[in-house]
Amino acid sequence: MSGFFSRLKQGLSRSTQKLNAALNHRFLDESALEDLEDALIAADLGPAVAARVIAGFRTSRFGRNVTTEEIQETLATEIARVLEPVAIPFEPDFSHRPHVCLVVGVNGVGKTTTIGKMSKWFRDQGKSVMMVAGDTFRAAAVEQLQVWGERTGAPVIAGKPGGDAAGLAFEGIKRARETGTDIVFVDTAGRLHNKGALMEELAKIIRVMKKFDDTAPHSVLLVLDATTGQNAIEQVRVFREMVNVTGLVVTKLDGSARGGIVVALAEAFKLPVHLVGVGEQVEDLRPFSARDYARGLVGGSGDLAARLVEGETEAR
Amino acid sequence: MGPSSLFESLSGKMSGVFEGLSKRGKLSEDDVAEAMREVRLAMLDADVALPVVRDFVNKVRERAVGHEVLESISPGQAVAKIVNDALIDALGGAGAVPLDLNAPAPVPILMVGLQGSGKTTTSGKIALRLSQRDRRKVLLASLDVQRPAAQLQLQQLAERAGVGSLPIVSGEGPVQIARRALDVGRREGYDVVILDTAGRLSIDEALMQEVRDVREATRPVETLLVVDAMTGQDAVNTAQRFNEAVGITGVVMSRMDGDARGGAALSMRAVTGAPIKLVGTGEKLEALEEFYPERVAGRILGLGDIAGLVERASETLDHEEGERVAKKMMAGKFDLDDYASQLRQINKMGSISGIMGMLPGMGKMKDILESKDADAVAIFRKHQAIISSMTKDERKTPAILKASRKKRIAAGSGTTVQDVNKLLKQFDDMSTMMKRINKMGLGGMKKMLSGLMSGAGPGGAPGGGFGGGGFPRR
Ligand SMILES: Nc1nc2c(ncn2[C@@H]2O[C@H](COP(=O)(O)OP(=O)(O)OP(=O)(O)O)[C@@H](O)[C@H]2O)c(=O)[nH]1
Ligand SMILES: Nc1nc2c(ncn2[C@@H]2O[C@H](COP(=O)(O)OP(=O)(O)OP(=O)(O)O)[C@@H](O)[C@H]2O)c(=O)[nH]1
Ligand SMILES: [Mg+2]
Ligand SMILES: [Mg+2]
Repeated sequence: MSGFFSRLKQGLSRSTQKLNAALNHRFLDESALEDLEDALIAADLGPAVAARVIAGFRTSRFGRNVTTEEIQETLATEIARVLEPVAIPFEPDFSHRPHVCLVVGVNGVGKTTTIGKMSKWFRDQGKSVMMVAGDTFRAAAVEQLQVWGERTGAPVIAGKPGGDAAGLAFEGIKRARETGTDIVFVDTAGRLHNKGALMEELAKIIRVMKKFDDTAPHSVLLVLDATTGQNAIEQVRVFREMVNVTGLVVTKLDGSARGGIVVALAEAFKLPVHLVGVGEQVEDLRPFSARDYARGLVGGSGDLAARLVEGETEAR
Repeated sequence: MGPSSLFESLSGKMSGVFEGLSKRGKLSEDDVAEAMREVRLAMLDADVALPVVRDFVNKVRERAVGHEVLESISPGQAVAKIVNDALIDALGGAGAVPLDLNAPAPVPILMVGLQGSGKTTTSGKIALRLSQRDRRKVLLASLDVQRPAAQLQLQQLAERAGVGSLPIVSGEGPVQIARRALDVGRREGYDVVILDTAGRLSIDEALMQEVRDVREATRPVETLLVVDAMTGQDAVNTAQRFNEAVGITGVVMSRMDGDARGGAALSMRAVTGAPIKLVGTGEKLEALEEFYPERVAGRILGLGDIAGLVERASETLDHEEGERVAKKMMAGKFDLDDYASQLRQINKMGSISGIMGMLPGMGKMKDILESKDADAVAIFRKHQAIISSMTKDERKTPAILKASRKKRIAAGSGTTVQDVNKLLKQFDDMSTMMKRINKMGLGGMKKMLSGLMSGAGPGGAPGGGFGGGGFPRR
């Protein structure tokens, strides 16, 4: 397992190494809690959510001596509790034949790559997969998806550059129906949620899909980049209202960003988080697990928990 | 926005904090404390990285405590001015910093950053700008052997920009490509060679070493770190590691056309010390601008960016069209075509709450609108669809719309006859309102608008004055 989990382990072992058995505890007073809250803010939970998580922590641990492990465990449990309700696997309904999955998001978050990964994922489960190159705008977007088609053995439906994405989506679903394909992924051009005309274009893609199958799209996945800060909240709010997002995918968790905004999103929207991206390769996709995600978040602040204890010792 | 209006709105916010505090003299620690809490929160919400926020707040506190407050201004205004000035300073001081191309040709520019941050697009944008504005001969070269079709992407952008592009040779590594690019640059008399690299994580040792090797081999005059304006707290890690590895000479903030507050700009500047040189404001190659700290300061504090709004408005809105519609309105001859034209303009501007967010002092208004914004957008969208399914005659004279026509229009626009009726009813209301406004004259209209703003206008809908005609609500 690459990325996410090994990073977590690294974080844990590094912090354990740093610890001297005699020093690995700290008295949890106001200033310790403040430090912990800061750690959560630095992981992108946002000031308000971080304060709430710490409030839960305070009631159970305040005024006690705690070890680094204890801090990590309790904090992870606190966060996992928020994430658990949204940790819902991505389970397409193949009886639609095709299950139509529309993939949307702002620019550069990893939509096309995630489609490539998901195609492999379902082909490995013995499903037939088709991809539609609905990004007719960006330079070489079609060719990019075509490479993913070669890598995964899934056919790619593509049109002319600058062509009509909605028409192409219609064509793709039709082709998938004719060939009895289990699932079709429709890629879309990246678009910022505050651009009305581009959002309207997405709505049109959906309208046109419905002309072929009024139950489509069966899933609308919003892809989010883990490096994104507070703006992710606005992204989810607007995309959800405009195109009925059914679930989230969080990418780039193999990096140094902690993706803490997902905790805030889980609180605010309760939208399912299906999958996480942990690299650029075809196999770098994982189901979203509340527990692992929470540990990953705290893994970084695991170092932090260690520093918290060390800092206290130095100060003495 | 001129510094004075930013100052006014900032002090508006701060004076709220200082309500009831009327004493004069030196600012005390207590005077400043609450304002600093506000500033800290505003900055964290804007994604300024925590250590940077801490540092900034400490500096401002130092400057503010003991500051002599003059008789002419309130303590709130005094602190606001200190905060604003400090922020502009921290962002690099007023004015833009241009790219440095002072070196013998071909001048190498190296583009680096995380995956998907906008390097390739920005390479194309810089190439276009240098070739068109500065008449330089530019060569674009992609060293990205990682991402599928990355080299092709840059080649297509080079074609669009009308600049040279290094022929793609498969099997070459990044350093080899970079050397070849400089060779070609020398041989073919290019002024500038832009080296676009693959996206990489700052914790990926192997790839960071690779970009170090490229730098050694090419000695770039500018090494630009491209960063997404939506970046959160990780901005400090990224900035620090890239800076340590390759020595950043400048930062480009991409996607500033979004509604992120862009606090990453401050983090970047604080950590690298490198100036933010350019901002990306769209997907098109023309969408590249200089970075003006004094404009972004207000955005980070959540006080709006009037200058940006006005610029965007004047770029996207068709003024002649606006005036034409306004004249027809005043003459009581507003038809469905005119309404559709207004809807298009609203669309071009982006979401209404997005616009409100750019206005200082409109924070509250924005909150109210936000809950309804999506509704409004959905209605606008529906209306556009309905109108576009009408014939020309129907748009000119809606009165001819009878049941069969309505059915056809509903089917054509994916709506229901009920939706069509609703639109017609709202259009009717609008026309009536306009006629009334005409009778009232300008003075009467102002009175009505101020009524609307305080929520006491017709229907009590906030923002009801939008577009001059009262915009439709369900
Ligand atoms: N490290 C890492 N990189 C990723 C991950 N997912 C995607 N990427 C990279 O992010 C960059 C952008 O990915 P794309 O799939 O092109 O993103 P997109 O959303 O389709 O972009 P646009 O279509 O331009 O809006 C590429 O370099 C990908 O390799 C991930 O989970 N981890
Ligand atoms: N709205 C907007 N989109 C932008 C801007 N700059 C780049 N983009 C979009 O962001 C996406 C990613 O841009 P790229 O230039 O491919 O990013 P990159 O850093 O080269 O990506 P990798 O090579 O995969 O690391 C594309 O969809 C671009 O069109 C900008 O300023 N505004
Ligand atoms: Mg894409
Ligand atoms: Mg690129």
